[in-house]
Amino acid sequence: MIHLETDVLVVGAGGAGMYAAIAAARNDADVILADKSMISRGGATIMAQMTTAAALGEQEPDSWEKHLNDTLDAGRGLCNEELSGILCREAVDRIHEMDDWKVGWARKDGKITGVMAPGHSVPRCVYVDFLNTGPAVAKCLRTQVARANSVMRVSGLAINDIVVDDGIVVGAVGWNIEDQTPVTIAAKAVVLAAGGLTRLYARNSASVNMNGDAYAMALRAGADLIDMEFPQFFPIGHLAPRLVGMDPIMWDPFRYKLGGRLFNAEGKEFLHRYGGEDAEKYTTTRDIISYGITKENEAGRTTENGGVHLSFQHIPEEQLRNAFGPVIDKLASNGIDLTKRTIEVSPIAHYHMGGIRVNEQMETSVPGLYGAGEAVGGANGANRLSGNAIPEAFVFGERAGRFAAGYANGRKQGWSDMGAEEHLDRLDALTGRQTDANGELSALGEMWAELQTLMWDKVGVLRTEVKLMAALARIREMRPELEAITPTNDAEFNLTLQDWYDLRSALLTAESVALAAINRTESRGAHQREDYEEIDPAQSHNQRLQLDRNGSLVSDYLSVGRAA
Amino acid sequence: MSTQPKSVAVTIQRGAPGVEGHTETFDVPYREGMSVLDAVVWIRTNVDSSIAFRYSCVNANACKECMVSVNGKTEYACTARLSTESTTVGPLTNKTLIRDLVTDIVPPKENLRAILAARDGG
Repeated sequence: MIHLETDVLVVGAGGAGMYAAIAAARNDADVILADKSMISRGGATIMAQMTTAAALGEQEPDSWEKHLNDTLDAGRGLCNEELSGILCREAVDRIHEMDDWKVGWARKDGKITGVMAPGHSVPRCVYVDFLNTGPAVAKCLRTQVARANSVMRVSGLAINDIVVDDGIVVGAVGWNIEDQTPVTIAAKAVVLAAGGLTRLYARNSASVNMNGDAYAMALRAGADLIDMEFPQFFPIGHLAPRLVGMDPIMWDPFRYKLGGRLFNAEGKEFLHRYGGEDAEKYTTTRDIISYGITKENEAGRTTENGGVHLSFQHIPEEQLRNAFGPVIDKLASNGIDLTKRTIEVSPIAHYHMGGIRVNEQMETSVPGLYGAGEAVGGANGANRLSGNAIPEAFVFGERAGRFAAGYANGRKQGWSDMGAEEHLDRLDALTGRQTDANGELSALGEMWAELQTLMWDKVGVLRTEVKLMAALARIREMRPELEAITPTNDAEFNLTLQDWYDLRSALLTAESVALAAINRTESRGAHQREDYEEIDPAQSHNQRLQLDRNGSLVSDYLSVGRAA
Repeated sequence: MSTQPKSVAVTIQRGAPGVEGHTETFDVPYREGMSVLDAVVWIRTNVDSSIAFRYSCVNANACKECMVSVNGKTEYACTARLSTESTTVGPLTNKTLIRDLVTDIVPPKENLRAILAARDGG
């Protein structure tokens, strides 16, 4: 066993976690930054291709208040206005700070260039060319975090449980993936920055690490979740032909810069039928396009693969090349010539609006426990505006790190062996058995596949009570089924142990999403119910989920946070 | 036009330090354009989840964690197209083997054992 001590433990080393570590360190805290993948490589930030919304106002007049209005409109009445306001106001500071760190924002005539994106009233989505925003941002933060002497960076350290003693966070328990050694960490404060839940869905656009860890750890530590019924489906995820070496949401930046047109399998534009705009206008928000494509599919007007056509055939090759030079070559190596053919797209799980409930200091209801980035709910309401996820990672990461350091400074460690015991016992029981997955080497892989299909089919873009109830019932059966599965006894890099813990988080998170979706009997933003097709003004509230004393999920309602 | 195979043989090199290595061959359903990563993920999901393999970003070539040896050539599993004939996937040969397809590509400053050794030694 390995025991470590620190002021602030940051769980997850994507954009939010790295920013939290940097901010905690410059506010005089010692930090451990842990990721079950590799520092800055896992998570969602590195997958980002282009849009980072911030009201810089360099190109044309803009203000954070305008950005806030757009964010609140997209959120369909459910945004926590305080959090959204912080996001829009401080996005500007973070973008400038990263500019000082030479991230390389695209510029024209010396001014940082922003593009227009659906739902925005001003072109304000900054980026790094070409489709390189995520990797550039990840590299920039990785460099900054490496320069912070008081940050210990640990790759391949899986954190599974927060240790709470007498109602206060005192640290965490996990294991070193390389050799399966149990690791305990005494920490005065913990920042959960372990991202979202997209891996719960069969079609998803993020990394394999996004399996709901942050939500499940927060719930088990006694914190609240809100808005869990609102995973976002990105409408035009790549479907066919097979494309490798590219993020499936790559067509979004193409549409920002080049427009493009969507057709159903009959060759007809269709967005106008669902309240959107056709032709080359890329103005329709994500929830409406996802809904439209799914409806076209139900009506039998999609391709054999179940998608619609996205066409750039009317755009001259020279214009394509000016906008996306190296990417056009990558497409060519995949056998795709946009001047000659359409590509097929369909919705794909992309982001989660809901998450851990925090206040403006990113504190949860459990003293010492903080949240940051996609793991946090509230700022984006029922539907996130394009370009708000990356600034959310930066802004909330910076705040979580800063306030966690403030909380930790001057406090004593409160580590409790007693509090850690049940977590260490579970790890010991899972790693100590001398059987190979009950003889079924694929038991965990198959459970993952079943959960992803179940969530996609029954808790996906279009929902009904019948489908949701069936999903909830099955998820509740799967939880004890998982308890009965044993990981293999390999000591080094044991992915079955990781699968087991990942599924433990995923099943609790899946149950949260299904339960919240059943309770919301209306259609709003990313939550679309076929049995309740209209928005219901009486449900303009946030739904809170908690674990009760018996470990059962319970929900109640909170009025939406309004700006003071 | 060439006909596509229904499935292809994918051989995985397995082993750990101090243990004699061996190979296992799996019959993987073939889909046009699939990657070596797709094949390894299919095997882990449907046949043997105990294969050690490092990846994070799923076919986007963003995380750069999935570098392995494919038929003797160093490649990213996510961008290497699966051959319609046969494919052997092994660990990188110029890095320390951890297990199966996983090698030690983590910088020492981010590796817990190396951090502790440096701290205790210094």
